[in-house]
Amino acid sequence: MKIMIGLGSCGIASGGLKVRDTFEDLAKQNPDVKLEVGETGCMGMCYKEPMVEVIDDSGFSTIYGEVSPEKAKEIFEKHIKGGKAVEESVVMKSDGTGAESNFITKQQRIVLSRCGKINPESLDEALAMDAYKGLEKALKNMTPEEVVAEVLASGVKGRGGAGFPTGLKWKFAAAPVSDQKYIICNADEGDPGAFMDRSVLEGDPHSVIEGLAIGGYAIGASEGYIYARAEYPIAIKRLEIAIRQAEERGFLGDNILGTGFSFHLHIKQGAGAFVCGEETALIESIEGHRGMPRMRPPYPANKGLFGKPSNINNVETLANIGWIIRNGAAAFAAIGTEKSKGTKVFALAGKIKNGGLVEIPIGATIRDVVFGIGGGTSSGKPFKAVQMGGPSGGCIPAEYVDTIIDYDTLAATGAIMGSGGMIVMDEDNCMVDIARYFLNFTQSESCGKCTFCKIGTKRMLEILERITKGEGVDGDIEKLELLADQIKRNALCGLGQTAPNPVLTTIRYFRHEYEAHIKDKKCPAHQCKALIKYEINPEKCIGCTACSKKCPVGAISGVLKSAHKIDQSKCTKCGTCLSSCKFGAISVD
Amino acid sequence: MCGCCKEDSKYYEPFEAIMSGFKGTESDLIPILQKLQGAYGYLPEDIIKRLSERTGIFVTQIMGVATFYSQFKLKPSGRHSIKVCFGTACHVNGAETVAEALCDELGIKLGDTTPDGEFTLESVACLGCCSLAPVMMIDDEAYGRLTPAKVRQIIRDFYAKEGKAK
Repeated sequence: MKIMIGLGSCGIASGGLKVRDTFEDLAKQNPDVKLEVGETGCMGMCYKEPMVEVIDDSGFSTIYGEVSPEKAKEIFEKHIKGGKAVEESVVMKSDGTGAESNFITKQQRIVLSRCGKINPESLDEALAMDAYKGLEKALKNMTPEEVVAEVLASGVKGRGGAGFPTGLKWKFAAAPVSDQKYIICNADEGDPGAFMDRSVLEGDPHSVIEGLAIGGYAIGASEGYIYARAEYPIAIKRLEIAIRQAEERGFLGDNILGTGFSFHLHIKQGAGAFVCGEETALIESIEGHRGMPRMRPPYPANKGLFGKPSNINNVETLANIGWIIRNGAAAFAAIGTEKSKGTKVFALAGKIKNGGLVEIPIGATIRDVVFGIGGGTSSGKPFKAVQMGGPSGGCIPAEYVDTIIDYDTLAATGAIMGSGGMIVMDEDNCMVDIARYFLNFTQSESCGKCTFCKIGTKRMLEILERITKGEGVDGDIEKLELLADQIKRNALCGLGQTAPNPVLTTIRYFRHEYEAHIKDKKCPAHQCKALIKYEINPEKCIGCTACSKKCPVGAISGVLKSAHKIDQSKCTKCGTCLSSCKFGAISVD
Repeated sequence: MCGCCKEDSKYYEPFEAIMSGFKGTESDLIPILQKLQGAYGYLPEDIIKRLSERTGIFVTQIMGVATFYSQFKLKPSGRHSIKVCFGTACHVNGAETVAEALCDELGIKLGDTTPDGEFTLESVACLGCCSLAPVMMIDDEAYGRLTPAKVRQIIRDFYAKEGKAK
């Protein structure tokens, strides 16, 4: 018997390490029980962490969710020793049964095919599931031109957000003649609410290394960099281990697999700047400078890192490459829609019942993901919108829930495919506040190089702040639209050019909410503090004084055992009273 | 502490150890600063000056980099760092009220350090544990599914565990 414990960031944050220790202790105390305790990366069902998978000698797998150390003891006694599954904790079995099997069976996994199945720190386990077979095929049976042609024919597009055809990008970088070229993996996953790249790096680092080595061969680069967020310590640690293993076994370094091709890989840690996800800013950062984007042209394919031809790809894009070469372009192109091929990984989060990592064939609908896999809203309240593409994307409202997920259809809604952040919102979320939230983010991450982004986003943010404070005036919406248009057309880089998208899409689909804030001074979702009022229901208040003791500004008066009252002129709407009341006597409108 | 004492003390030992691993070219600047901050907890002025002398990179250029990236700190931090996540998933699940409760419990604003030097409270854009939202991290440990009441209790428990009065 074998037991695998999911130790991605979510698993660890939920207490996965204690569960692993429990199983290891039990295995030691019971030497007669033949049990191998292993660990793996993210299994995808973040909402059920910590997760463990029990695989019996016939290979039958039973996955358990929300496993506490106590539950681990029960699983050990009843399942591992007794051979009977602890049914109430089972999320899925390999025969497709189990309470949560919809979450997995409705997905199609290419990028995540090994995530959650192998120990990410074991090269042998990765090799047993076809890692580096694509690299071997490319180096031994294909010319660099053939590799580029194969990637081009697969139709795979950049998964970082912009959706530029990867094969074309490689063709551009392969063209120039140079003594040195570089291939770079952009692992600076900065979109708030997105964790696809982290999970791939934590769960299957060899897939990214293989993609880089194939790319290096295709464009003629002997050096590669992985630019990773410093906020992802586990991903960086596992990458370091994986690179070392790949070097030891001849998948990286000099004369790879005896073919004469040499490729060396380095990790550079980011230092906390969202703009470094933009490729020229990323290059500046690797060179040791402030991460400010460069004017283009020249494009990185001609003059990139250290002035040499360079190619930059996103983590998920690279994780597709090994599969494409191994299985052929036609197999990849058979998945997806006419113009968008393959699968896409999404980080499903926000007000969602079953949040986690999902990989779907391109062409599925938003409904398939939010309801089919995600199970609808966590609150049970009506689904209002889904935000896709993070600070560069937009909000798609509930009435467009049957929109097909591909690059072109999503762009037509005003949102973008983006890197894969998918944040679900219910009726309690204020769309003006969401627009303000994203603009506040891009504004503070603006590098300050170009005027349209530096000053334009600031002016837009000021207007949005005014509206959410109830100080909006007639004409504010039009002013936002004017500024948005100018910033989109004139900003230097992608950060600025896309920054207005969250505002424009919320105006497009939720204009009435903006108008309610401006004209009626009301926040329909009860979120904007300046526009809401806390009140105590005298019939429910038992006079316990908990709220008046907690109120930081002394706005609540009343004596013990009699109903209390909020002085609205003093109230700062911090919400402390609401969370301190145990009797549900305080309401907000 | 004045410079003369530092020469005698072991103050510069970490600096020397770190620099021995680098050629000191411009592209090493960010990794060097990351290692120095790891050793000193922040980037002290005299260390930056010494780095400039050693590498030939101007102090203005080092400061330009140090102030551009949010990771670098020019002031000492508390013994423990609290990072409150303001990612989108956390935002829609009430990160703001959680942060307010933390500020209130610790008696400081975001970005500040408690007067007893115990905690530095920071906001971060995303910790990437979105399904546990709202989330915060104390040192390397993540705390998920937070509520205002829960964070107050976590801070009180932390002080109780360390046997210190708040």
